[in-house]
Amino acid sequence: MAEALQEKMSERMAQGPLTSGETVIAEDAATIRTAVEPCTGNPRKCRRNGCSGPVINTKQKVRYIAIVSVLSVMAVAFAFGVLSYSNGMPFGSEGYWKIASMRAETLVVMVIVAACQAFATVSFQTVTANRIITPSIMGFESLYTVIQTSVVFFFGAAGVTLMIGTGQFILQVLLMIAFASVLYGWLLSGKFGNMHVMLLVGVVLGGGLGALSTFMQRLLDPNEFDVLTARLFGNLSNAETDYLPIVIPIVIVCCTILWLRARRLNVLALGKDVCSNLGMNHRRETMTVLLLVSVLMAMTTSLVGPMTFLGFLVATLAYSLTDTYDHRMIYPVAFLLGFVVLSGAYFILRNIFYAGGAVTVIIELVGGLVFLIVIMRKGRL
Amino acid sequence: MAIATDQDRPGNDDTAVRVVSRADSARSSAGPLVVGVIITISLVILSLFVGVYDIAGGEDGWEMFFITRVPRTIALIFAGAAMSICGLVMQLMTQNRFVEPSTTGTTEWAGLGLLTTMILFPGSPIVVRMIGAIIFAFFGTIVFFLFLRRVTFKSSLIVPIVGIMLGAVVGAVSTFIALQTDMLQSLGIWFAGSFTMVVRGRYELLWIVFFLLIIVFFIADRFTVAGLGKDVATNVGLNYNAIIFTGIAIVAAVTGVVTVVIGALPFLGLIVPNIVSMFRGDNLRTNLPWVCIVGICVVTICDIIGRTIIMPFEVPVSLILGVVGAVVFVFLLVRQRRG
Repeated sequence: MAEALQEKMSERMAQGPLTSGETVIAEDAATIRTAVEPCTGNPRKCRRNGCSGPVINTKQKVRYIAIVSVLSVMAVAFAFGVLSYSNGMPFGSEGYWKIASMRAETLVVMVIVAACQAFATVSFQTVTANRIITPSIMGFESLYTVIQTSVVFFFGAAGVTLMIGTGQFILQVLLMIAFASVLYGWLLSGKFGNMHVMLLVGVVLGGGLGALSTFMQRLLDPNEFDVLTARLFGNLSNAETDYLPIVIPIVIVCCTILWLRARRLNVLALGKDVCSNLGMNHRRETMTVLLLVSVLMAMTTSLVGPMTFLGFLVATLAYSLTDTYDHRMIYPVAFLLGFVVLSGAYFILRNIFYAGGAVTVIIELVGGLVFLIVIMRKGRL
Repeated sequence: MAIATDQDRPGNDDTAVRVVSRADSARSSAGPLVVGVIITISLVILSLFVGVYDIAGGEDGWEMFFITRVPRTIALIFAGAAMSICGLVMQLMTQNRFVEPSTTGTTEWAGLGLLTTMILFPGSPIVVRMIGAIIFAFFGTIVFFLFLRRVTFKSSLIVPIVGIMLGAVVGAVSTFIALQTDMLQSLGIWFAGSFTMVVRGRYELLWIVFFLLIIVFFIADRFTVAGLGKDVATNVGLNYNAIIFTGIAIVAAVTGVVTVVIGALPFLGLIVPNIVSMFRGDNLRTNLPWVCIVGICVVTICDIIGRTIIMPFEVPVSLILGVVGAVVFVFLLVRQRRG
């Protein structure tokens, strides 16, 4: 609505609430013209006319920029804190960088995990049109574990050597993509075509696959089991860093693809019917996003193991902070939040409570509590 | 929604009631029921004679037989029947086919209660732990029911997903407490449902479950009426809150006892009532014995598989149930959508 009309409206509202059936009418031609004038994409004109878009007005824009800057400053501060706190060496000396480079690996892992969780969760929630579900509940992580376990299970100790190396890791990722595409393609096909069924099947399969990998692990002999567990899970302070050279490019590629498709995701969020009306292949788009999500989830699981609520926490906070539906604006905030939460929790727990191992658990707790609050306040799911 | 059937209307979810209301349904079900009972008994007898210890040739074979085999088999019967009935009761009360103790967080709450009791009163007898688990499970189930009342769902399928997420929150709390008190490993052992530890002197608690089962048999149809909503239930002269309260108490007690004595048995309350209603419709009276029988059969078969697959060691029954249950459940879902 044009500003002139809005002013009129607020004037009228100041006199008392609108009675039913009363309308506020623009009398002069200028107001009418601005009210119906289409958005030409000219930013200056847009601001004057107040047309809708991802950013409605200057105030919101300023707010968004402020949020991003504050988060960036916090991220840099925490990163610096993790590198420098109780380092023992004066800043900039040779010894300082030696110690810092050891800790830098942890920071890199945090960046990757934050990117994976933020991008995967936001995209997943858009595709499923549901803001209370996280991809980890859908069994993406269990899928990764099952593939790892079955390699050892079927090829024995020799399978362990099969798992090491760049080519093999990529092969595993490809296997995951194949499996995920078959599964979700089948679940989203015309016969069911129902997101809720797909979600429930995913949840149950996740539980089943988890049981399956535990089952296979029980049948392994202890030596193989040791090798497998060493390869399967790390945590933040002790991440599985051998894969880093492969994981980083894959994550960058996936996130870039999602970033480039952000506009399509905006349309996807409007629902299936609108999507089809606008000439977009809803099913294909959904499949593409789900595959990217499954790859991202595999990456984060291979580094630090399963985290159910980090993505949820980050996505929920990002929605409420940005107050927009534009993915181009949500992604960066979610990613920054993820990094701030991870590095902040790590820094505080490690240096104030001396509980470095419990970082992920604490984040899960906080995320879980936020989840409960959100559900109770929402009232409609 | 791709297909807007009446199943998708909120409040009328999944009550695609296929009641076999023929007058002779009770009579005609007697034949198959006898066959079912015979199959169950033969499975139970098989369970008595599966194991590493040679009870026939061993020196104190019969003694061993009564120390481990008999208690274990009785535990199988009670746990299988009780968890299935629990699922049925919850499904009746919520009018949702996908609700059962493990999809509402009840199991996780029981685990948290067990853990809390172990920390607060270390070295406490099993009865105390059990009471702790029951109290927590009761509280958790009430939370879930209140939550169901507060929130309107777009689809009945969202309910179990949210329930599982709730369970994950409670699980995270348990993990955190266990991590702080160095009990993570024992938590894992406690939680993997297994009949390995069931011996004489430990399984007796399951008799509580047996008595609860009998109570359910007497008041089952009230849960159905309660499921139709507060207004209907009050109209036909039921104290709605009392019935819901009783149902939650029974579910909590059974889940608590089974969690403490055996561990988590995933999916059991979900698949058994659904399978029974798939084959026999939704006539509760005649279905109750069937739910018990199928529950016992499923648990016994899974346990025998667990015992024989890596002789002389054992695989916990919960793992096999998890795999089998997931497959069956997905099959049920897909089939339901087709129909």
